[in-house]
Parts: sequence; structure tokens; C-alpha cells
Amino acid sequence: MVNLGFLTIYWRDMLRFVRFKTLLISSLVQPALWMAFFGIAMAANFDRLTGNIPPIPGVPTVTYLTYMGAGVIAMTTLFTSLFGGIVLLFDKNWGLMREIMASPLPRDHIIFGIALSGMTKSFIQAVIIMVFGIFIGAEFFHGYSAMEVAVSVLGILLFVGIFSLGFLFLSAAISISLESPEGLQGIITLLTMPIFFASNALYPVNAFPPVLQAISTVNPLTHLVNGIRYFAIGGNFQAIGIHYTATPQTIALSFALLLVFAAMMFGLAYWRFKKAIVT
Amino acid sequence: MPGPAVFLWRPQESVGWYDMENTHIIEVSGLVHRYGDFVAVDNISFSVFEGEIFSFLGPNGAGKSTAINILTTLLRIQKGKAVVAGHDVGIAPEKVRESIGIVFQEVTLDRDMTCWEILEFHGRLYSMPRDERRLRIEELLELVQLENKRDTFTKHLSGGMKRRLEIARGLMTRPKLLFLDEPTIGLDPQTRMKMWDYIKAVNRDGTTIFLTTHYMDEADHLSDRISIIDNGRIITTGKAYELKNMLAKDLIYLETSDNTATEAILKGMDSVTDIRGKGRGLLIMVNTDGTRLLPRIMETLGRSGISLDTVNLKKPSMDDVFVHYTGRELRDEGAEKPSLAVARAGRR
Repeated sequence: MVNLGFLTIYWRDMLRFVRFKTLLISSLVQPALWMAFFGIAMAANFDRLTGNIPPIPGVPTVTYLTYMGAGVIAMTTLFTSLFGGIVLLFDKNWGLMREIMASPLPRDHIIFGIALSGMTKSFIQAVIIMVFGIFIGAEFFHGYSAMEVAVSVLGILLFVGIFSLGFLFLSAAISISLESPEGLQGIITLLTMPIFFASNALYPVNAFPPVLQAISTVNPLTHLVNGIRYFAIGGNFQAIGIHYTATPQTIALSFALLLVFAAMMFGLAYWRFKKAIVT
Repeated sequence: MPGPAVFLWRPQESVGWYDMENTHIIEVSGLVHRYGDFVAVDNISFSVFEGEIFSFLGPNGAGKSTAINILTTLLRIQKGKAVVAGHDVGIAPEKVRESIGIVFQEVTLDRDMTCWEILEFHGRLYSMPRDERRLRIEELLELVQLENKRDTFTKHLSGGMKRRLEIARGLMTRPKLLFLDEPTIGLDPQTRMKMWDYIKAVNRDGTTIFLTTHYMDEADHLSDRISIIDNGRIITTGKAYELKNMLAKDLIYLETSDNTATEAILKGMDSVTDIRGKGRGLLIMVNTDGTRLLPRIMETLGRSGISLDTVNLKKPSMDDVFVHYTGRELRDEGAEKPSLAVARAGRR
């Protein structure tokens, strides 16, 4: 019989997600607010600054709002996933983890359960951003047929899913190793800065100094954004004066890198959980 | 050559001595556990019989929780051997986990889940089939009288109700063995008594209970057998009345004008087994009926010109047993070194 124990952890975490109304609403409204405020404000600036750059002929142009919309999905996924493991830390501090640790549930199921619920939350947020983004003028899926939209949404969720798993595993590994939520807060802040800003989420990396460019190339966030843009906008477009191209091969490579990242993070989490003592 | 086949009749509910003598549900030998240099559990060995209520009685920091954490597989065993419900905790911890229930010392209930959800979650953790789970939840809510709190968040329950819910949770999987770590800590006296009734009822239904406590009356009232544990060691084990009888039949407390002389005189009497200093007086352990001995003592002291300030006669309590074996009172918890020294000095 297949052990579906991780569904128990998933069930409880989702129960809490819908139960804490403030948490639920803020986590759903926050990405929309990013789009509404940061997106519209920055779009106005970027479009004015880059407005007089002559467009590359024969390449479709997309607005900055469309361009950064993909980045906001990626950013939201990053934040939600990095904080996704914090529930483990609270459980540990409140003594609730003992019940789970003393049960026959294999420890990797705790990791899977938490990761699965974090992934679900990221899916919900990604869909909200896409819908809200289109509502305020982002040109996602421009000129796509219904079938193409469906495939593209699935493609985006696939990327969001594998990316969120990687960071949820990381978050779980850190949470089970730490004693206080404050420590986790600090570590996450430390991690998000380079990951977020040394990426192509909000602006092109072409003008980065070489070191920063190298970081952005191995940055999982860059590969998530590549995937989302490929599915939401296409493989050949220009934005803020830069020509973007992507082929199924480069996108498959990005996905493969995210897969490797997730596998490594799972290894890390598995190791931390094996060593964890909760009494 | 195999011996003659003996048919051992064993009742469904194992409560009798015949059964208790036969089956060990916990067997521990040579258990040692260190935290760095500190030895929390220092070479303990003991057995718990199937069907009994067995207590670890000792002060905070005596090593009770460490021992329970090893037996429940939350801590990895370092040295020694422990077999719980037929499985070695070092070799098959997951088998042990499947066969036991645990009620932890601290409240470990999610504040934002309902009573029903708490039990449902637990049943799912242990892979109980859905129908059995649902049936068991109703049974248990009735047992601990929380039927009308089914959909109440645990944060709205009283301390006693939380404890009851935790006991119900510990029983969810019908374990053969239930661990209770300080089950009535922080509860008011009335709730404690009710809690004891629940624990006894659970035991009558055939669940072996291993409990740790630092309350003398709890160990005394509940347990079939008690191990007194201090500084990581088991000092003595026995039935409550055995421990008390071993100490003395009666205890006589005297405050006199000259305690030293009194001690010297009384030590020579036949029925006096031991004398200890206690507070401003002497505690005299006697192996005979104290009511008959006391007049003789008073007469003897009077002849020696020693006057009596206070006299008290009582049966030994678990407190007395504990003080006798550990050399200090439980509530001291090692903080008051002087009284400890006095008690030690007074012991022969």
C-alpha cells in the first residue's frame, strides 16, 4: 500500500491556511498590490525612459507591466515558499511537532506535506496575479487561442511548482534546524536580497557587471522568470529596448536546472530531518 | 526436549497479578543517557508488567522525562537496551511508535483546531482507516466527556478538558501501552482527582500505563508499582504499601529538650528501626504498633530527665518514603543544601 501520510500534514496546513482569515486574505491581496502599485508606477517610468529607443523591427513589443508581471509571480512564489516552512518552527516551539515526531509517519512525509501545501498556496497566488494582471492591462497570453492559454497556464504552474518545491524544502530544512522564528526571519531576509535582485525579475540582467550576471545565470529565480515569460509572452519579444528570445530547448534547460535545485534542497531537508531531535 | 505444554488462561482484560507476573510490556536494562558531561539517566534497569499502572516518582530533573523520551523513541538510545511492546527502541523505533500512545507533559494541542480535528489528525498520522477513525473519535469523545465540545477550538477548553482531550488522543489507536508524562501538572485538586478516575478507567479497560510524576499522592493513589528515581537512578521499586511498610510500621515525631540524648537512648530500643533528624525534632521509625510503644518511650525519656515539647504519631506516607530513600524532601528539589545536609547527617 502506498503511504499517503503526507496528505495528513497537507490537510492540517491547508486547514490553518483557510482558517487564519487575515493570513489568507493578506497572502492573496499582497501580490495583487505589488502589481497594482509597484507595477503601474514602474511601468510608467520605464515606458517613458525607454519610449524613444527605436524598436527592433519585426519583433513584437510588450509593455513593462507585462514584462514585470512575470517577475511578480516569481517573486511572490519565492517569498511564499521561503516562509512556507515556518509552520514547522512554530510547531516545534509549541510542542506540536512532538506528536508528529513520535508517530510512525516517515519524516520525509512531513517535508512532502509541508511542501505540497506551500505549492498549493503558490498556485493560488500565481493564478490571482495572472488574472489581476490581465485586468489592469498586462498583455499575458496575447493573441493565444483558448487551448494555447490552457497549455501556457499549465506550463507556468509547472515552473512555479518545481521552483516552490525547491525553496520550500530549503525553508523546511532551515526551520527544523533553528530554535526561533526570529532567526528564520533573519536568514530569509539575507537570502531573498541576492536571489531577488540578482535576477531578471524586474529588469534586464544585460547591463549587470559580470559577477552579478554570473550569479543571475545560476539563480533559480532567473530560470523561473524565463519559464513564466516564455509561456505568458512567448519566445520572441522585446521589452524596454531588449530583445528576448527563448526556444523550447532553453526553457527545458531552465526547467532541468530548477529540477536539480529542488532535488538538492530535498536532500538537504531530508538530512536535516533525519538529524532533528524534537523533545 | 520441550517441556510439557502449559495452557495459560489469559483474560481479555489483564488486571490480575497472575498476568502481571508473566508478561513484561517494557523491559529496560542498563540504560544510560548523557547530555555532554551531564548524566541524565544513570544505568537504570526495570520492567513494567502488562496491565499495571507503573510510576516513575521523582523530582524535576531526576531523569524521568529523558527516560520517557527514550522509551517513546523521541530520543535515540545511547547505551543499554529497552524493549517496549515487544520491540527494541534502538532497532525498530517505528514498530514501537505504532504500539504506544503518549500524553506529553506540556499541552501539545493546536489552539486553532477543534477537538474533532485533533483526533482526526492523530488517527490519520497513524494511518487508521477512515471508518475506524470516525467511530473511535465518537467513542473517545464520550469516554472523556467532550461530546459537546466536538467543534470547539482547543484554545477555548479549560486545562482539565485539554488534558482529557490529550488522553483521548493518546488512546486513539487503541495502544497496549500509554505513556503519561506528569498527567496532572498544573491542574486544580478537583480536576486532578477526576483525571485519576479517567486514568484508572483506561487501565481497567486493559491499557498498561507508564506514568511519571513528582506528586507523591498521585504515585501513591494511582500506581500498582512505583520506582523512586533521583539523580538519574532508580533508588527503589515496589508497591506503594510495600515501600511504606519497608520504611516502618509507624512513624513517631518528637521534639525534646535534648535531641542528641534522646537519639542515643531510643536507638537501643528493640522496636526502633531508624532515627532521623527532621526540622527541630527527631523522626523515629518503628516496626511495631506506635500507639503502644509511645507511652514506653515517653516513660523512658521522663526517667532520663528529658522533657517533651511535641509528639506526633502517624503512618508513613510516600513523602516519608521519598525522604528516606533520597535524603531530602521532594519539594526541596535540591535547592536547600542545609536541610539536605541535616537529613543526611541524621540518617544512620
